[in-house]
Amino acid sequence: MIRLEKRPQPSRAWSMATPLVAVIATMIVGGLLFAALGKPPVEAIRTIFWEPLFGEFSFYYRPQLLVKGAPLVLIAIGLSLGFRAGIWNIGAEGQYIMGAIFGAGAGLAFYPSDSFLIFPFMVIAGAFGGWIWAMIPAVLKTRFGTNEILVSLMLVYVAEQFLASVSLGLLKNPEGFGFPGSRNLQSWDAAHNAELIAGTGMHWGVVAALIAVIFAYVLLNRHMTGYHIRLTGEAPRAAKFAGVNPTRLVLFCLGTSGALAGLAGLFEVSGPSGQISIDFNVGYGFTAIIVAFLGRLHPVGILLAGGLMALTYIGGDIAQSNLQLPAAAIQVFQGMLLFFLLAFDLLTNFRIAIGKPEVA
Amino acid sequence: MKLTNLLTSAAVALGLAAGAAMADTTKVGFVYVGPVGDGGWTYEHDQGRKAVEAEFGDKVETVYVENVAEGPDAERVMTQMALEGADLIFTTSFGYMDPTINVAKKFPNVKFEHATGYKRAENVSTYSARFYEGRAVQGTIAGHMTESNIIGYIGSYPIPEVIRGINSAYLHAKKVNPDVQFKIVWAFTWFDPAKEADAAKVLIEQGADVILQHTDSTAPQAAAQAAGNVITFGQASDMSEYAPKPRVSSIIDDWAPYYIARTRAVMDGTWESADTWDGIGAGMVGIGEISDAVPADVKAAALAIKDAQADGSYHAFTGPINKQDGSAWLAEGEVADDGTLAGMNFYVEGIEGDIPQ
Repeated sequence: MIRLEKRPQPSRAWSMATPLVAVIATMIVGGLLFAALGKPPVEAIRTIFWEPLFGEFSFYYRPQLLVKGAPLVLIAIGLSLGFRAGIWNIGAEGQYIMGAIFGAGAGLAFYPSDSFLIFPFMVIAGAFGGWIWAMIPAVLKTRFGTNEILVSLMLVYVAEQFLASVSLGLLKNPEGFGFPGSRNLQSWDAAHNAELIAGTGMHWGVVAALIAVIFAYVLLNRHMTGYHIRLTGEAPRAAKFAGVNPTRLVLFCLGTSGALAGLAGLFEVSGPSGQISIDFNVGYGFTAIIVAFLGRLHPVGILLAGGLMALTYIGGDIAQSNLQLPAAAIQVFQGMLLFFLLAFDLLTNFRIAIGKPEVA
Repeated sequence: MKLTNLLTSAAVALGLAAGAAMADTTKVGFVYVGPVGDGGWTYEHDQGRKAVEAEFGDKVETVYVENVAEGPDAERVMTQMALEGADLIFTTSFGYMDPTINVAKKFPNVKFEHATGYKRAENVSTYSARFYEGRAVQGTIAGHMTESNIIGYIGSYPIPEVIRGINSAYLHAKKVNPDVQFKIVWAFTWFDPAKEADAAKVLIEQGADVILQHTDSTAPQAAAQAAGNVITFGQASDMSEYAPKPRVSSIIDDWAPYYIARTRAVMDGTWESADTWDGIGAGMVGIGEISDAVPADVKAAALAIKDAQADGSYHAFTGPINKQDGSAWLAEGEVADDGTLAGMNFYVEGIEGDIPQ
């Protein structure tokens, strides 16, 4: 008989190994899936993981990894702080949208000024937009005890309606012949979050993501707030006795994750995307949840997980184009990654034992 | 070592052969905003792609990527297609406009075709269909068929293309039935079966017995079928699985003739940047078969409107037409110019409600 036996201590080795095991399992089962669809499995896996990094056109794809990965890492870092303390911000997508709207709106209010202050002002406005949107579930939770999971998630759909509204009204490009969408910030130097070194994909959002990783690492390991976050997550009762103020912690965690998501939105709208449009958001806020868990809620882990996720996106598109794999198969492949991670996570706390349970 | 050498030279020879073969084939890329199985917009573009393959056989290689988000993802997918040797790339959503222009700048030798946009370049053409011609046919049928005199309209986004369709349908419904009234619901989506079904139900509850939709799913058809005495029209695709009722006709986007012509132009080296806006006459807008649920005289009236537009003797926007606020737009016999139509942002007289801003 095979059964699960609780480990006295969570296994550190398994905790480190599960992401890797999950990736390998995804490759194997994903390969079987691709084979079932009549596509060459090894070729497909190679296209997804190898082509963007070392293929013929990797000179183009490598910078794109930064472009795709930066918002994921930036948002996931913020989310991981709350997740560690058991504060669940599921609405990063909405905060991302609001950051973009606030940031782009703050800039466009001064169009066509070429002041160098415009971009910094937009950055602040973007962070504020995400922060204020996250403060709604935070205040409702601390004041009225509402569930932040539901409130933050529902606010995503409200933010999407705002996005449609400003694309069609307030921020609509006056020279756009009545079509929805704002002016393109890429063609306005003062507001353009351009590549810092041409051809590298390195824009301010990438820099911000790297800073966020370092900041989160220091916060969690060297700072009292970080200690409180970890303590609340691991031993809520002990945290209470240690004098952790839960209200402040909720406000801090939701606020920080909201501000970071807002920043990600701002850097995206002013850089790679260029304009506010009805379909501006593409799900970074939700994918970042996967990235946060894939990275074990650890800053460095999130950095690696963000890169891996970006790789599957870019490689997935290449596989679609070159091998005509359906988009749905790629999405299943990405979903498997989280599924296997959660499945193998079981082994951190449990071990598989064979035979009858021993009588203690 | 020998074996390795042999393998290497074999690989090189294969590579050369492949390279030589590649030179003769024209590679055509398609970027889709939805899944190819959406049954509407993207489905019809993919039918166009298949028609290109059928027409040219071995001389052409087509590739596509579906579900591509508008913005940087679209830019990356287009760049990737260009890098992989595409000669011609069709980008089939309005939101791909700026990305298309960006990528086209980097690949001056690759031709780009952007659907429904207005930005062109030396190597970027735009193309769109005069769907409003089909709306004139639908309006005619709707005006005759309605008994409650309330026609429901599911709008996607309040952009010129959609507003044009509403105006055209209204003008022609009104022409045959002066008591007709339009109720418009904005779904703020192109494809969301749940939202579309809700919109249809709301309209039916408000008394509409005809539903026109500018969204791509078949959910409104299903809602109308469930309600019983309501008729609908297929959108983008024929949606004939709901014929003969509720679906009594449809507007079909037929991109195949255009895609074949443009691919041939690239092969012949005669491709030039152009702005194409074709309608029923050129075959870009198809009218799906009018079912037996429609009386013969109504069918004849609808086909007359269709034929008159096809041969150019009639324009859907022919004066006298006033704007919603009562101000004059087109004088007696005057025909709307394409510029005004392209940027249309007002309702014509008689339509109630405001365009959301």
